[in-house]
Amino acid sequence: MTAYLLRRVVSGLVTLVVASIVVFSVLEVIPGDPARLMLGMNATDDAVQALRVQMGLDQGFLVRYFHWTGGLLTFDFGKSYTYSVPVGELIAERITVSLPLALIALALSTAIAIPVGVFAAARRGKPADTISMAISQVGVAIPNFWFALLLVYVFAVWLRVVPAGGFPGWEAGIGPSLKALVLPAIALALPQAAILARVSRSALIEVLGEDFIRTARAKGLSREAALWRHALRNAMLPVLTILGLQFAFLLAGTVIIENVFYLPGLGRLVVQAINQRDLIVVESVVMLLVASVILINLLVDMAYAVVDPRLRTRS
Amino acid sequence: MSDVAANRERGFLRVAFVNRSFATGIVITALIAAMALLSFFWTPYDVTKLVVADRMLPPSWDHILGTDQFGRDVLSMIMVGARNSLAVALVAVGIGMGIGVPLGCWAAARGGWIDDALMRANDVVFAFPALLSAIMITAVFGPGAINAIIAIGIFNIPVFARVARAGALSLWPREFVLAARAAGKGSVLITVEHILPNIANLLLVQGTIQFALGILAEASLSYLGLGAQPPMPSWGRMLFDAQTRMAVAPHLAIAPGMAIVLTVLGLNLIGDGLADVLDPKLRRRR
Amino acid sequence: MSLLEIENLALDIGGTPILKGIDLRIEAGEVMGLVGESGSGKSMTALSIMKLLPEFASLSGRIGFGGSDLVNASEEDMCALRGDDIGMVFQEPMTALNPLKTIGEQVAEGIRLHTGANRTDAEAKARAMLDRVGLPFEKFALTRYPHELSGGQRQRVVIAIACALKPKLLIADEPTTALDVVLQAQILELLRELVHENRMGLLLISHDLAVVTEMADRITILRGGEVMETGDTAQTLSTQLHPYTRQLAQASLHVPERGKRVSASSTAERSPLSRDKAPLLSVQNITKDYPGRRTSLFEKPQPFRAVDNVSFTLGEGRSVALVGRSGCGKSTLARMILALEKPTSGSVAFRGAVLTGRNEAALRPARRDMQVVFQDPYGSFNPRRTVEWLVAEPLHLLDNNPGKAERRELVKHTLHEVGLQPSDMQKYPHEFSGGQRQRISIARAIITRPKLVIADEPVSALDVSIRAQVLDLFAELNQKLGIAYIFITHDLTVARAITDEVMVMHEGRIVETGKTQEVLSHPQSDAARMLVEAAPDLHRALAKRMQEQG
Repeated sequence: MTAYLLRRVVSGLVTLVVASIVVFSVLEVIPGDPARLMLGMNATDDAVQALRVQMGLDQGFLVRYFHWTGGLLTFDFGKSYTYSVPVGELIAERITVSLPLALIALALSTAIAIPVGVFAAARRGKPADTISMAISQVGVAIPNFWFALLLVYVFAVWLRVVPAGGFPGWEAGIGPSLKALVLPAIALALPQAAILARVSRSALIEVLGEDFIRTARAKGLSREAALWRHALRNAMLPVLTILGLQFAFLLAGTVIIENVFYLPGLGRLVVQAINQRDLIVVESVVMLLVASVILINLLVDMAYAVVDPRLRTRS
Repeated sequence: MSDVAANRERGFLRVAFVNRSFATGIVITALIAAMALLSFFWTPYDVTKLVVADRMLPPSWDHILGTDQFGRDVLSMIMVGARNSLAVALVAVGIGMGIGVPLGCWAAARGGWIDDALMRANDVVFAFPALLSAIMITAVFGPGAINAIIAIGIFNIPVFARVARAGALSLWPREFVLAARAAGKGSVLITVEHILPNIANLLLVQGTIQFALGILAEASLSYLGLGAQPPMPSWGRMLFDAQTRMAVAPHLAIAPGMAIVLTVLGLNLIGDGLADVLDPKLRRRR
Repeated sequence: MSLLEIENLALDIGGTPILKGIDLRIEAGEVMGLVGESGSGKSMTALSIMKLLPEFASLSGRIGFGGSDLVNASEEDMCALRGDDIGMVFQEPMTALNPLKTIGEQVAEGIRLHTGANRTDAEAKARAMLDRVGLPFEKFALTRYPHELSGGQRQRVVIAIACALKPKLLIADEPTTALDVVLQAQILELLRELVHENRMGLLLISHDLAVVTEMADRITILRGGEVMETGDTAQTLSTQLHPYTRQLAQASLHVPERGKRVSASSTAERSPLSRDKAPLLSVQNITKDYPGRRTSLFEKPQPFRAVDNVSFTLGEGRSVALVGRSGCGKSTLARMILALEKPTSGSVAFRGAVLTGRNEAALRPARRDMQVVFQDPYGSFNPRRTVEWLVAEPLHLLDNNPGKAERRELVKHTLHEVGLQPSDMQKYPHEFSGGQRQRISIARAIITRPKLVIADEPVSALDVSIRAQVLDLFAELNQKLGIAYIFITHDLTVARAITDEVMVMHEGRIVETGKTQEVLSHPQSDAARMLVEAAPDLHRALAKRMQEQG
């Protein structure tokens, strides 16, 4: 087991290093001078030169790369050009919105999807299965930002039960803050839940056709008991993989959803930074998101090892 | 395998159309595609002409889906937008397949460090939340349909590489491939004659899935203003414009959204139906 | 009253009739053998008794068991019976156990379910049962997982699950088909003991007449969902009243006509295997290591040696069997000879030219003269190509590539040689039966007129009657075309039927070589003796049964 996990950790680290080179190189391939790009065409040459020095652009590629990665390791992300504050502070502030949003959405989609998937698989071919799968088929096709618009229209504009957007800040109290996150979380979660429900259902149906389910039935287990005791855990293996992938989707989803709801999260930060050409912020946030995707995949691998004894090879 | 074979015998298309998902999906997708093609020759109104007097009209006989904030006909804009949506997603799938499939087949055929290196590279691309990175790419290289295609296409490459490699790897130890090797055929010839025809199903199904995801991605990019640029209408952009006018003209948000949902739904139904007809085992992919 | 009384059992699935009026009875303590070829309805009969049929199945008739009729029994009643009064063992031990649960949990589960025992008691009982089936606790703790066990050991766990509560009736559906002969003999012995100890009725389903004859008191022969004949095993098989019984028995005992070549080799005093003047094939000290599984972070993984320093030569036109238990390295050796896999050390020479380490271009002449036939008649063809294309594939090796018309003529001729029609050229592989597919496979192997054909378990997947026909074809081609064969098989009857010499392989080494008849009747090595003793033999089993009954 340790060998398996160590291999995963090493491969995660390698991925992280390569990803950092890729992110950093994006700056290099930008046509023109990054400093001029950030300042715009009207900037004076002096201002551009000052920024070049500040960004270290007067130094070589490798020096800058190691300086940057060294900074990342000590949580020193550099200073935002447009906000004139350390990027670390910006991220720390914004992450208090994005992280709860992503986690609530993940929990919500899992809590809806897996029961629906199990329910449909257990009633395979019956009306309940057909209807829930038809709904999920449509759910998969709905873009989350459009779904968000509809939710805003119904619950904020029409029924006026929740705010249409904005975020009061956690210092305003947990209640109002959570209220502001309800619609965004639902908008993010439901389309993901539709995918996850379909995956859970087909994974379960596939496992229900395995030989060992027949062995369990021959032992005297009823259809339901065989499903709960033998099929479910086996079916969770592919579902885990999808959950890991979905986290990446959710992170990307927050970028859009935060813009729909005017939430001051990382996603909104990164889009604003892109629009303002604040590349230091963009780089840092993207690296952070990539690192969290790698971390989640590592967690999925660990969960695999817990669920599947075949990965825990003994010596 | 024998199911596939039996299906071929009965005529693939006939079997496919008996499948309800496939038939529904084909009809929906064909309608959207026909609409996009028709827009090249005819639209109810000219989408480049602004008629300020007709701003934000609700649906009526003159304007079936109403008009937008500049008085343009929404139906006409949806039709022209379909062109853009389909083209971006389709070319992005083409990029993904065209580069990903050869890479995946190569990795499977060669094995060893080439395989390792390619799969590691895949992992790196997968570690980037695709949409976020597409946003970054279009932002850095400038917004526009071409850059949107490239941004979406790049993230299709590892998907197809992975599917092709997995399919090819499961075929290489098969006895018919061994027999071909015993017949002195090299790995390129074996890949062309034996591997590709047998992973075509997988690729076709994955292709429809990526096509659908491409439509969604394009809509997201143009919603953020990073896709096709005005005055070229795009579904995502129309939704962005509708957002601030939700209270006064909700109809502006309905039509483009429905267009996206229908297109993605149609493609996904085709994918499901194909998976069912070609190989029931593929079903798990969705 | 009998333990199990099946009367006029009919089954249809989605409108297709599968069983048509089956009658079968089993007494307590009796072993009933249910024999038939694939598609005869053997497994469906078993699943009908268990009521574990697929969807859209409809059952009629009567299955009397313990005073009730299972055809009309409720699902609840069936759950109470399954695993308690009726146990079942399946064919495929590798997939029959839940990979995520320990063997202890899986054996104890049924015990807890039916007896309401608490965890400790159920585990104690499971422990005792695993000990009984030959998995002692020192080596097989309850906490072990299925993937840590071999196929034979897993089948023992499945048997422990089925017999944990001493059922009155045990159903074993091809319980040894996936195992090699030595494991087969062990598992059959275990079943025999368990049945005897607990006076269980056993319904043993098998396609192998010899296995059933060794095990069963009575026998029922099934074909196309109908009972052909039923009765005392020895009597039924010795009198062979029903024509189908006779056909099955004769196919099982079939030995192809081999004419002169057999006598030629018997007159030759020296062993042609090793001392032919110009050997067709010469294998020198060949070894193959596979990288082992890393068990610890700091130790280098121990490589697994699949083939260990094997040397032999083969003369032209000779027919040699390579026999051994599964996993002994037979197939790896074959693939190295075919230059489909690189040896770790040693070399292979074919017609005087060394093949090892050569590139594809240099291998062309050898590939032309050396072809292969595989076991699985389903997996050996690309399902998307016509027979013409598939059979013509090795023509690629000819130096002057024949034109389209010439190719077609060659394919036609070769198909004729293996007993197929020219009209078969345009068909796809799925349109043929297993036996026909194996003929196509042979056609592909002989189209370049090779000097050597390596056949890897070429008849193992075939029903007995088809197997006999395919063996005849191999023998005929050996005579007519002078092709040398290496037959890889775990089945000694196949080796005996069509080869002059035999090589016995064990754990990567060749442990015994000699004339087939001699080795099979007087094996010298332990490995060979084990194989010979374990091999089911219809003659021997029948003789033994007749003797016991007087």
